[in-house]
Amino acid sequence: MSQSLLKATGVHKSFAGVHALKGVDLDIRKGEIHCLAGENGCGKSTLIKIISGVYQPDAGTIEFDGKALARITPIDAIMLGIQVIYQDFSVFSNLTVMENLALNSELAQKRRLVNWKRMREIAREAVAKINFEVDLDAPVSSLSVAQKQMVAICRALMFNARLIIMDEPTTALTRKEVQALFDIILKLKAQGISILFVSHKLNEVFEISERFTIFRNGELVKTGETRELDSNKFTYYMTGREFAPQQFVPEQVSKEPLLEVRNLTAKGFFEDVSFALHAGEIVGVTGLLDSGRSELALALFGVRPADSGEIRLKGRKTDIRRPRDAVRGKLGLVPEDRLSEGLFLPRSIEDNLVIAEVDRLAGPLSVIDRTKRRDEIRRLVDEFKIATPDPKNACQTLSGGNQQRVVLGKWLACNLDVLVLSGPTVGVDIGSKHDIHEILQNLARGGMGILIISDDLPEILENCSRVLVLKSGRIRKEMDTRDADERLILSHMM
Amino acid sequence: MSGMARPKGTLSTLYAGNRHVFRLVAVILAWMVFMALTRFEKFYTLINFQTMASQFPEFGLMALGVMLCMVTGGIDLSTVGIANLAAILTAFFLKAVALPDGGLPAYAIPAAFALAMAVGAVLGVFNGLLVSKVRIPPILATLGASELFTGVAIVLTNGNAVSKLPIGYATAINSKVLGNLIPVQLIVFTAVALVIWFLLNRTTYGVKIYLLGTNATAARFSGLSNDRLLVKTYMLSGICAALGGMIMLANYNSARANYGSVYVLQCILIVVLGGVSPAGGKGRISGVVLAIFLLRLLETGINRFPQISSYYISLIWGGVLLLVMVLDYFSDYSAGRRLKRRPAAPAP
Amino acid sequence: MRQWLRRLTRRNEPYIFLVLLALCLLIEVRSGQFFTANNLVDIASAMVVPGLFALGIYMVIVSGGIDVSFPALASLTSYATTKYLLDAGYTGGIWLPMAMSLVMGAALGAVNGVFIGFFGLPAMIVTLGTSSVFKGLMQGALNSVQLAVIPEGMRQFGTDALFVATNPVSGLSSRMPVSFLIFAAVVLLVFFLMRYTYFGRGIYAMGGNEVSAHRAGFHTRRTKFFLYVIVGMIASAAGLIRTCMMQQNHPTNMLGMEMNIIAGVVLGGTAITGGAGSVTGCMLGTLLIVIVENSMILIGIPTVWKSVFVGALIVIGTGVSAMQVVRANRLAANRNLTQEAAKA
Repeated sequence: MSQSLLKATGVHKSFAGVHALKGVDLDIRKGEIHCLAGENGCGKSTLIKIISGVYQPDAGTIEFDGKALARITPIDAIMLGIQVIYQDFSVFSNLTVMENLALNSELAQKRRLVNWKRMREIAREAVAKINFEVDLDAPVSSLSVAQKQMVAICRALMFNARLIIMDEPTTALTRKEVQALFDIILKLKAQGISILFVSHKLNEVFEISERFTIFRNGELVKTGETRELDSNKFTYYMTGREFAPQQFVPEQVSKEPLLEVRNLTAKGFFEDVSFALHAGEIVGVTGLLDSGRSELALALFGVRPADSGEIRLKGRKTDIRRPRDAVRGKLGLVPEDRLSEGLFLPRSIEDNLVIAEVDRLAGPLSVIDRTKRRDEIRRLVDEFKIATPDPKNACQTLSGGNQQRVVLGKWLACNLDVLVLSGPTVGVDIGSKHDIHEILQNLARGGMGILIISDDLPEILENCSRVLVLKSGRIRKEMDTRDADERLILSHMM
Repeated sequence: MSGMARPKGTLSTLYAGNRHVFRLVAVILAWMVFMALTRFEKFYTLINFQTMASQFPEFGLMALGVMLCMVTGGIDLSTVGIANLAAILTAFFLKAVALPDGGLPAYAIPAAFALAMAVGAVLGVFNGLLVSKVRIPPILATLGASELFTGVAIVLTNGNAVSKLPIGYATAINSKVLGNLIPVQLIVFTAVALVIWFLLNRTTYGVKIYLLGTNATAARFSGLSNDRLLVKTYMLSGICAALGGMIMLANYNSARANYGSVYVLQCILIVVLGGVSPAGGKGRISGVVLAIFLLRLLETGINRFPQISSYYISLIWGGVLLLVMVLDYFSDYSAGRRLKRRPAAPAP
Repeated sequence: MRQWLRRLTRRNEPYIFLVLLALCLLIEVRSGQFFTANNLVDIASAMVVPGLFALGIYMVIVSGGIDVSFPALASLTSYATTKYLLDAGYTGGIWLPMAMSLVMGAALGAVNGVFIGFFGLPAMIVTLGTSSVFKGLMQGALNSVQLAVIPEGMRQFGTDALFVATNPVSGLSSRMPVSFLIFAAVVLLVFFLMRYTYFGRGIYAMGGNEVSAHRAGFHTRRTKFFLYVIVGMIASAAGLIRTCMMQQNHPTNMLGMEMNIIAGVVLGGTAITGGAGSVTGCMLGTLLIVIVENSMILIGIPTVWKSVFVGALIVIGTGVSAMQVVRANRLAANRNLTQEAAKA
């Protein structure tokens, strides 16, 4: 019978009135790959920070290797063998790979003077553990996201790690890189290291973990063997609701296209992309991270304009050199990174909702009509069901799903013809995901043209009538979703 | 599911949103009371207030311009440079159009103001382009520009002051209207402050620059023309600076490349004390105006105590700034909000 | 070899060096006076005080902060030291004044350090405030006036020369001041600190990502505190040396230098946002500003044009640097994509 490496029992934690953890348990066995899943705000980040010594629990016990842990600091946790790899990897972009690798251990040994030769040796040893080939003198800023992650993993391994906690590690990785990561994880497991893998992606839970634990709203919902899990149970545990997938069927598709793209090219990103989007349609664009799909979205909206090619909006040739051109042409973009690109978090929900159409709410001399503004805000909050006690509250008080609704609301207030969405439900809880899909389908039925650019294949299959598969910057295949399934699409993407 | 909250008591909402402003008002009132108790006859005279009102617009106007730049997340270190250069060019103009008897034609003063504002606008646009198109960090761009503008001013004047101006200008600006009551300088300042208040609080420009200062990337993704907004902002700052220069021209009856060099940092001090965050996106003009008043009141008040050297102003000013910041730090902490270094509450 | 060359082109320092070299050659060609012994000594002499200030501010900027209070700090400590020793009728050597300055500089720097390091308040505002306070203390509390006479020991220090360089053609001669040794020592000290101690690497780490630095185990608050203490000490030493070299103490003479010093440091490749920069670059940038300020007359440009040139230099220098950053980011994005495409 394998023993417990880490056993948390009845852990409570509150912050300024918010009860983040309400007596949760977690049991990680030696040498196992365990997945911790849950929607944003369920408490998984809080528990990780408690395990790694950043926070102290208000109540409950944590046992590591049979011994109860008293108040530990981050350094104590590291010495015990608990390593956390955060989403931002905690790397120093301005320093070299070598320094990033060696700093932690040098500091832990309380060194004052720097011996560059010794540092290099330490770094060389660290990358050898997983055969990571990299230029030790390169500044980390020049590495790709996957490489930075490898640096973080190598660093984690340097302290005789017994438990490695990875927080949403696959967010910015291509499928190939995800595979490479999973191979590394298996290698680590073979070395007897336990891995706690935080993720909300079902396919990853299935693919890599042996056991899982699901939190919801600060409570433990279910823990068990992964092989007993299926997609419906997973959704149910995560949200407490059952969802029936609603396949989108386009009705009243217009003859004339709202958006027509011909031979659009952005050097180094995508080439010769052509397609048409009609009113009443939802078209999907998918591909790997490097397929150019993100850049296509940016080109259509004018953030990174294309180098050549033609864009026609409602039949008229439009030169989109900056976002204003797109908005004027009634095309909006819901960006990939909601937090830094889509929202002004410290500002009020009100400000966020009306910013895109603010010129329309103004009269002569650009003076804002306050009554108009107030009515508009009331309308948008109601229409998009934004859950907030007061729209004057800051946007950062909203959950991920509600934040995305604000972004949607902001654009739909502008009476657009075309809406492009890049990764519309990334980091959104399953409940809101479902609601957002419903909104999009209704919008299409109402006469808009929707373009969903995403790598979430179930999302594409459920919501789009047609899908364009991009590979290395070119459209590899355009297909009807009724004739497609995940495997087929994947085969064209790779 | 949504639902507008019941409006809280007006005063308490007003206080919560303007905590900083209220603190400033409290400090000003405390000082006024102190002066009333100790130097009533010397301080509370009409002449005294008139003098204050005629002097603070010099740096007050500059501070308004710096405030705009700070709201966008930038800064304007070149205000004094612009002010001096505008004043010098205006002085040349006034001397050029002076009538043989030393007077000035009727159009001279309005034309002079137009000229100064045009100069300020052009120099401000230069700054704006450096910041938006060339993407030089504002602190460095305006630093270099400041040196450049001052350098041009030195070359034009050979390092000397431009004096012997037609007396008409100084007398006009130094006069008081409304029955010899309100100094013209105060009128200019009030007019500009009102315009800026209006721009910030009632127009789309105001909304846009607050959001630009909060998150420039999101602003871009929301369809805002960041470049145009920045150029407009620095242009306005340049105009404010030029007007400040015009006031200096009147108050000193001369123009020189190195006048008012202490104002650069003083303006930043005022703006920050007024509640504007150097990171951008926050700050109210009421706070800045109050901070300007506070500075002037402190300075004039201290002057009434001859035993205390007026140089102590610097000390008090810096001390007040540090005090206010520490107070803000502790009040934020006790209000339950966590600051950077303390563990943040988990994101929802 | 090629990799070393490529890495070199990515850095800023070689470009500054080339610009500097070009400027020196230009002056030499126009006047034949640049690479003369006495001119070089003059420049070295002119570098001492700005160079010291620059070293201090360089460390602060790398840590992600900024300090505009150092001229006021230096003015205050040098005035206080000079006045006190004058009043006390001091006749000894330079050691006591220097020790006094350093102690005062450390104390004043500690004030900055407490607010910025322990309270975590924004550096720009804090140092604006302390700049005001220091100025107020000097002019108000200490009633500063220009001191035309300074204690003998300091005067002696100011006129002592390491050697004298004479220009055979013009007959002009210049003294290499003893204080240059102090400057050189501080250069080496700062270089050592930043490159070979974890105090220094911590400063770089904080400048890159303060949260990560804390997580990695750096004592960020303590480091910041001591950083400002050190900067205070360097600044006060510089202030004292300036008084000695000028043979008098002019209280407000140094005020206003902060911006040009910062400009010099930034021109040398230290990013204003923090986390990057080198002592070499910092010195090269400061040298560039010092030469432009001092040697333009040798090309026949009257001193009245000095500010215009310095201003243009800053605008063009930072402009080029900014465009490089934009281009580098675009290239990095492209490189990532082609790397991925190649791997696919």
